[in-house]
Amino acid sequence: MSRQNTRLDQKKVNTELLTLAYGSFVTQILHDQNLNIDEVNKNLERIGYNIGLRLIEDFLSRTAAPRCLEMRETADRIQQAFRIYLNIQPAITNWSSSSDEFSLIFENNPLIDFVELPPEFSNLRYSAIICGCIRGALEMVQQEVQCFLVQDQLKSDSCTEIRVKFIRRLEDAIPAGED
Amino acid sequence: MSEEILFDCLHSQIVNYCLNVNKTAPESFTSQTQPPEKEKDLSTLEYIGYTTGYRLIERLTREVPRFKDELETMKFVCTDFWTAIFKKQVDNLRTNHQGVYVLQDNAFRFLTRISPGTKQLEHAPKYVAFTCGLIRGSLANLGISSTVTAEVQSIPSCKFHVQVSRN
Repeated sequence: MSRQNTRLDQKKVNTELLTLAYGSFVTQILHDQNLNIDEVNKNLERIGYNIGLRLIEDFLSRTAAPRCLEMRETADRIQQAFRIYLNIQPAITNWSSSSDEFSLIFENNPLIDFVELPPEFSNLRYSAIICGCIRGALEMVQQEVQCFLVQDQLKSDSCTEIRVKFIRRLEDAIPAGED
Repeated sequence: MSEEILFDCLHSQIVNYCLNVNKTAPESFTSQTQPPEKEKDLSTLEYIGYTTGYRLIERLTREVPRFKDELETMKFVCTDFWTAIFKKQVDNLRTNHQGVYVLQDNAFRFLTRISPGTKQLEHAPKYVAFTCGLIRGSLANLGISSTVTAEVQSIPSCKFHVQVSRN
């Protein structure tokens, strides 16, 4: 008489699982680094980067997205990725005049749902994992970008803002001795 | 489901982090009793699972009527909770009615991406430790203190043994 279904809302469970597991993980890193916030920020960014490296594969196979020809297309793709993976739609704004730099504005961010930062951790970039993720994913499609948090809801800003800045196109390095 | 991959990625990063952290910062762990390296790594992993499970179940059971006994609680955790997270039911749930429960999953989510082979078997423990903690944490919040161990005989199937401690 086994039940096929569950009484729980699967979507909610999974979002919360992600949020809470991430929270526990950050706590553990804080503990491991003896509350050295800079080190923790670096760790979170790197973890995001590693996730990005893999996530882009999934994204490409899921959307069959063609090559981006300019930064505006890239921005749309990033927005699409957030819709797919986190079910949120950040706004794309604040383009620089040369169109190589923009901001993603998040009204709500599922990662910080149950989070409150104590005052002594005000330097902690809790959402740095997202920056890392964007950087890692774009690196896999030959774009080097700089990505950082400008505003953070955890620090009582009204929204979370992530700035993405195009640095250069990466060329595939051909191993020595091959044409 | 697209959120799935995200958690899979996060999980593998958590595993990765826990296995590497002690190698890079050994001086912070110079305690008098040094457990073997591997065990220490897994207990960190298990602890992250524990705190996650503890908090998660608190939120999920808010609207659920009170469980009348241990068996019902176990059933909730091993069926509803399990199905929601692992996208499939446990294939077998057995108990001796004396506080031992065995959950068997023949295609455990975190093991399905690993090649089945005896050589890979030694790597299996790190992919199940988080879940051991998750089960232990969720049971703890529902008032059952327990020990959870996992047993992988052939990838991707996995058995979780829950031993309820009564005292």
